[in-house]
Amino acid sequence: MSDLSTSNNQLSASVVAEEKRLLNTRLGLLAPGILTIFFVGIMPLSVVLIYSFLEPGDFGGVSWVVSFDAYVQLLFEEDIFDETLSFTTDYLEIFFRSVSLGLFTTIACLLVGFPTAYFIATQPPARRNAWLFLITIPFWTNLLIRTYAMLLILRDQGIINLGLIEIGLIDRPIPMLYTDFAVCLGLVYAYLPFMVLPIFASLEKLDFRLVEASYDLYATRFKVLKRIIVPLAKPGIAAGCILVMIPSLGAFITPALLGGGKSLMIGNLIELQFGQARNWPFGSAIALVLMVLVMLSLMAYLRYGQKKGVPGHG
Amino acid sequence: MSDQTATAAIDIRKTSKIYGRDRDTGVVALDQVSLAIADNEFFTLLGPSGCGKTTLLRLIAGFEQPTEGEILLFGEHLEGLPPYKRPVNTVFQHYALFPHMTVAENISFGLEMLNTPASEIADTVKEVLGLVQMETLADRKTDQLSGGQQQRVALARALAPKPKVLLLDEPLSALDFKLRKEMQVELKRLQNETGITFIFVTHDQEEALAMSDRVAVMRDGLILQVGNPNEIYDRPAKRFVADFIGDINILKGKLLSQDGAQATVKLEAGYEGNAGLPMDVTNLGGEVSIAIRPEQLSFVAEAGAADLSGSIQHISYFGSGFDYEIMLPGGETIMLQLQNRGAGKRAYSVGDQAHIAISENSLQILAD
Repeated sequence: MSDLSTSNNQLSASVVAEEKRLLNTRLGLLAPGILTIFFVGIMPLSVVLIYSFLEPGDFGGVSWVVSFDAYVQLLFEEDIFDETLSFTTDYLEIFFRSVSLGLFTTIACLLVGFPTAYFIATQPPARRNAWLFLITIPFWTNLLIRTYAMLLILRDQGIINLGLIEIGLIDRPIPMLYTDFAVCLGLVYAYLPFMVLPIFASLEKLDFRLVEASYDLYATRFKVLKRIIVPLAKPGIAAGCILVMIPSLGAFITPALLGGGKSLMIGNLIELQFGQARNWPFGSAIALVLMVLVMLSLMAYLRYGQKKGVPGHG
Repeated sequence: MSDQTATAAIDIRKTSKIYGRDRDTGVVALDQVSLAIADNEFFTLLGPSGCGKTTLLRLIAGFEQPTEGEILLFGEHLEGLPPYKRPVNTVFQHYALFPHMTVAENISFGLEMLNTPASEIADTVKEVLGLVQMETLADRKTDQLSGGQQQRVALARALAPKPKVLLLDEPLSALDFKLRKEMQVELKRLQNETGITFIFVTHDQEEALAMSDRVAVMRDGLILQVGNPNEIYDRPAKRFVADFIGDINILKGKLLSQDGAQATVKLEAGYEGNAGLPMDVTNLGGEVSIAIRPEQLSFVAEAGAADLSGSIQHISYFGSGFDYEIMLPGGETIMLQLQNRGAGKRAYSVGDQAHIAISENSLQILAD
């Protein structure tokens, strides 16, 4: 194109002008998308990335000195006196606890969410919207409030314990609050709709004539579920698991309130670094490591899924 | 063909299916139907949509339970058995192939569910793929197949577990005309080769006549007539059956005398002659409807040899012949169909006076 434009040919000049106009139009049309990705995606992430390679400022914030301390700190402990590094599993344990709590939450959400989604998908179309509406109602209330409500239910003087004592099943309250169980329950409660909705979307598209066909071909109810319904709902199940697992890993309100600060999760750790600990680079580093881990596991899933020929969305 | 002494493959006894609370407020899809289908028979349930034919098929397959009556498979009661415990397989109208499986996986599904040993499954899959001429496509995903190929896979899948009865729910309706013709021949061949009883549901009368050993014509949850294609076509018992199958002229006439299944009638248009008589018509001396097929009429040159006369109103050409619409003196119109190579060929045109002969034994009295 540049050859043409250097010549004095009027036609080529107009062609160039036209190309430029087209390019501008395209850029104009793409601008909202590009701007959104830049300001909402790339820029904040870049800030986090850059901060993770700096030193913490004295009163929060960062001081502009390049340092890898934040990452070193994840795995090694610095002796206060002789400044030697020794390996520590403190933060790894928090990672491990978060991942296992996240997995438990995801599995529990799947176990509760799949039957719920199946139930809604098999209702007459007119009634489905009403059920979906009920599923989304909790979203109207602030997560913090809902978590407090959970706290009131689970505590020693909560309705569960008082009720059980009242009917004489137990003498003393069962300690439920401030346990991993409470955190898991709180997370399931908070993220269940994220599991139900994508599975519902998958099941709604499912051709129930296939279910009939498999009954006809000697499949029992359990076999129909295993061989036909679950494989065909797989995209929805995968989406639901991802949507529940990822926010569970980073959750901090629920573990803070229901875990009572005893079971620290990654979310709390990050929050701590930006808050009381005033170690922004370390907080950024943890956040990035978490993000990379999630990305790697998603990529592993996609690769595995493609090999097994799991049908994609749409 | 229908061996009544042997145990019927399917014996339906006074079976009804009512959707809703009861007979008065609900919808009666099937009304006290009784039917025996013999082993190794190609049996067709024919009727317009909503006549109950698919309901009957679903009752046999076990997707629905009868409201009253009973269904026996080779003498054994099917009531209460879920579909997966009935040795009956279905070819569905929209095939319902499993989209996440290959052709071979689809076909082996039923056998796997029956816990057939793997080596045996492989052999059977090969065998049925050969039967439907799809050997080369075993590893394809089903969405990579054409409609006709999907149809063959659906057939192979239903045949693989060697069912005692194969149910086919309008399996050809989604295919184009030429493919449909091919598959008709194919289905008939498959039925002969496998020796399995086929119960075929269709609303296409041509399909029913072309393939079936016997046909049951249904309407409004009732079976109107059961017989081989010849009987159904030539000796329709009811006005609806006559109307539904092929082109037919229905004329007014009087029943003069009757002797068993034979009767003498006088057409309003003048002709007097023999006619077939269904059992439930006992209207001696009264007015009856009399049917005659358009191809049973022919032109004759002389008025003396004619059974009827009239003027030609309309002529339409359909390739292998002509349809002539003729107005009779009484005001009734009658259709006469003439093949191009037919006897008594003569060029007629609209407005001509024509003399018509009626083939022997071609009149049939209809019950309403």
